[in-house]
Amino acid sequence: MEHIVIIGNGISGVTLARHIRKLSSQPDGQAGKKITLVSAETEYFFSRTALMYIYMGHMTFEHTQPYENWFWEKNRIELKKGYVKKVETQSKTLHFAEGDTLQYDTLVIATGSKPNKFGWPGQDLEGVMGMYHKQDLDNLEKHAPNNKVCKRAVIVGGGLIGIELAEMLNSRNIPVTFLVREASFWNGVLPEGESQMINRHIKNHHIDLRLSTNLKEIKSDENGTVKSIIIEETGEEILCDVVGLTAGVTPNIDFLKDSEIETGRGVKVNRFLETNIPDVYAIGDCAEQQEPSGNRRPVEAVWYTGRMMGEVLAQTICGNKMPYNPGHWFNSAKFMDIEYQTYGWVFGEKGRPDYEQHFHWKHSDDTKCITVAYHKDTNVFLGINTFGIRLKHETFDKWLTEKRDVDYVISNLKDANFDPEFYARFEDEILAAYKRQSLLVE
Amino acid sequence: MNTPKPSMSLTKPEAFDLTTKQRIYVAIGMIGLIILALATFNVTFPYRTIVLTIALLSISIGIVLFANDLYIKKLPGIKNDGVMFKSISSRGLWAWISGLAFTGFYILLYFKASWLGLGTDGAENTGLVALFDPLSQFLNGGQASQWFVYGTLYTIAILVFGYKFLLKYRHNKYERLRTFSVMFFQLAFAFLIPEFMARLNSDSFSLPYYDLKNIWPLNYYNFEQYRVNSFIEAGDIGLALLIFGILSIFVITPILTFKYGKRWYCSWVCGCGGLAETAGDSFRHLSDKRQFAWKIERWVVHSVVVFVVLMTTAVVYSYLGDDSSKYWLTKRTFLIGVATLLTVVFAWVMIFKREQLAKDAQYGAVGYFVIILVLLGIHFFNGSNLFLFKAETLRQSYGFLIGAIFSGVIGTGFYPIFGNRVWCRFGCPMAAILGFQQRLFSRFRITTNGGQCISCGNCSTYCEMGIDVRAYAQKGENIVRSSCVGCGICSAVCPRGVLRLENDSMKGRINANEILLGNDVDLMDLVNEK
Repeated sequence: MEHIVIIGNGISGVTLARHIRKLSSQPDGQAGKKITLVSAETEYFFSRTALMYIYMGHMTFEHTQPYENWFWEKNRIELKKGYVKKVETQSKTLHFAEGDTLQYDTLVIATGSKPNKFGWPGQDLEGVMGMYHKQDLDNLEKHAPNNKVCKRAVIVGGGLIGIELAEMLNSRNIPVTFLVREASFWNGVLPEGESQMINRHIKNHHIDLRLSTNLKEIKSDENGTVKSIIIEETGEEILCDVVGLTAGVTPNIDFLKDSEIETGRGVKVNRFLETNIPDVYAIGDCAEQQEPSGNRRPVEAVWYTGRMMGEVLAQTICGNKMPYNPGHWFNSAKFMDIEYQTYGWVFGEKGRPDYEQHFHWKHSDDTKCITVAYHKDTNVFLGINTFGIRLKHETFDKWLTEKRDVDYVISNLKDANFDPEFYARFEDEILAAYKRQSLLVE
Repeated sequence: MNTPKPSMSLTKPEAFDLTTKQRIYVAIGMIGLIILALATFNVTFPYRTIVLTIALLSISIGIVLFANDLYIKKLPGIKNDGVMFKSISSRGLWAWISGLAFTGFYILLYFKASWLGLGTDGAENTGLVALFDPLSQFLNGGQASQWFVYGTLYTIAILVFGYKFLLKYRHNKYERLRTFSVMFFQLAFAFLIPEFMARLNSDSFSLPYYDLKNIWPLNYYNFEQYRVNSFIEAGDIGLALLIFGILSIFVITPILTFKYGKRWYCSWVCGCGGLAETAGDSFRHLSDKRQFAWKIERWVVHSVVVFVVLMTTAVVYSYLGDDSSKYWLTKRTFLIGVATLLTVVFAWVMIFKREQLAKDAQYGAVGYFVIILVLLGIHFFNGSNLFLFKAETLRQSYGFLIGAIFSGVIGTGFYPIFGNRVWCRFGCPMAAILGFQQRLFSRFRITTNGGQCISCGNCSTYCEMGIDVRAYAQKGENIVRSSCVGCGICSAVCPRGVLRLENDSMKGRINANEILLGNDVDLMDLVNEK
């Protein structure tokens, strides 16, 4: 019986396990393959994207688990709690910190990410944490249970995790100072108009947003706990009890340093998600693709891509070798009360191709806007960002496949609306604004 | 059981404690409750009109001010902060206290009305019921009963907590409209209209108390002999109401459910749904999400349907005659009609809709055969007795077990422990029948938005019917589920815009996906189409 070991029980690893089980079930019901899921973080799979809601009191930890605990035994997916210290590819053996070992026939590395640390003085003090793992959540609960124990928190890093952490702390009325390196929030990804709107929304939630601001140092009290931070640009000292380091994530692969598996930023894989060692694969946040698709980055630390890689690799492992060949890019997020969805490609100022033109519309209430990207020569629709208005994934996927032009997309925008019933519609307003812009351009 | 934990740390996060202002507002509300409690303990109040007004106003104003303080200063958006930490909503001390208080009230209401002060045999009311006499006189011209007290408090609860819900979801137009709807139907159809109708009763003309939106089998007593006789004796208007009652079951309900799903009733019209969506909103997350609970659900709720069908059949059978020359509808004709109708429904389902029911087919078969066997039994025993029980005893048993214990005591009293829709989910035969229709031929579904689900679980957590919504969303599948009442909260709390309540084409309504949109087109074709 082939033994498949998956290191990491996040979305990538679990999706892979589920699909292998489904694809390899024999007619008589006996398992065709043995599957073991290894994790040092938690015993059961949980949705990392929901960690914030535990702290906010919207959910309990159990609610974040997509599968009840009986699911694993019923589907014959073995769960092993343990930290992998060493991977020996010659003998196909995993060595655990606890001293035991595990043999595998096929190994899949799905160990996800870890928060970035850039060598700031004080970054390892008590009260300093990322917000990625379950342990980070436990740590935050300890240091920031309310606004008396934690009189102020500082968040370093203006990305998606940073703003989620701000929202978390805000729910307990803990004052937040938010240090963002960029001149506008997430403007490396978002066009300027959108980024500015989010800046205002953050401030409307009474968060102390500091743009173009970097961390110089974290200062300690006599007990080795955070006392304050120092801002690089001004030298200003800000007293605080918690520092959240949310300046991006990086593949979590330190345990592979002494193995023969080739790594760069992540585990290097080809289009079939194969590493340099036969029978060793890598998927999800920790995989570094040597040949990324289209505009995609080598490391795709996104829930959706992690799931997709698991779906594809299951085919390969079960005898139908397939490359990872994702369709049109899509992503989503929520900036406090404003939802964000993107389909296709819409670049921020930095890195925007010469051929990319934008049409931007914003509602007067400053919580909704749309940016449509199109090719300036051919008018082909390239992508759309939407804030505060829900749009239909299927429709945009189809329009991108059909290479529709921007006129068509904006004229038919109501076909793509996904807002709840009775919500106000803005398609006519958007179309009118688009026509006005077209007149100006001509 | 997804047990809400008061806190994950040793110290409770005091961030969610009540503010001083909020405590004051709670105290204002408590003044009203204390007055009602004192009245229950037979403290006699002078100037009852004024005292009652003060009590009801205190409760209402306290809740309104509390809701204002909670929501108005915040930006519009989802506001579930602290739900899992606050005592009242995480099975803490206050949840148990209020749960026990509600349960106690319901027990007195159904079984010991005299302890609430109801006067019997023409005696004057005392205690709590007496306190409501002035309002009752004003509305229907007569003395209050325990049901009048209940109706008044129920209506106020829906209106005042409806205000709170409207504030909480002021960014969501669907939720606002739905809430206005249940508030309207409770105030007008369930409370004022029946009270005004009672005022029309006289020695020569009398109609039974009739909430027009209360449809059989939820209104399980509508075809009692005394009611049917009253309707008929009232002349044309009574006959019209009786016909309306029947049309509601076989025509109005199926059409509306086909068009809109069972939400038209459970989340927009029904009184139980109205209370659940307003006063019960704080407890929606307490529904049991486990597969185990779902298995219990299907057995229990379908058993109740069988029970109510048999009970109603037995009751009607008991007062029909055998002589067709007196009236065309005889015992035998009625039984044959019922058996034929059930057989037609069952056959239609088995022939045309089997694949949509899947495993439920066997449940349907069991229910069907039980009913047929009992109908045969009724026929052979050929009397008002049914397996040694009188039909009226059967009705009283149903009224006691289902109408009182399940619907009232457990269904509402236990909001703070089991969630706000226990009755709707496990016990309501109306919800079961509407759900059956919804699953088989309704245009309603909750559409999943391609591959956008991040499996966070907010939708499942806040599903008051205990559906594991996430299980569908993370597979990109539409949700076409019998129990779904279309409250729309899963769509509202979803942070990624994944879910949408829709009435759409029947084609592709129930879709199964293994590989979600966004992945390799070839892989999607290979796996999803098979």
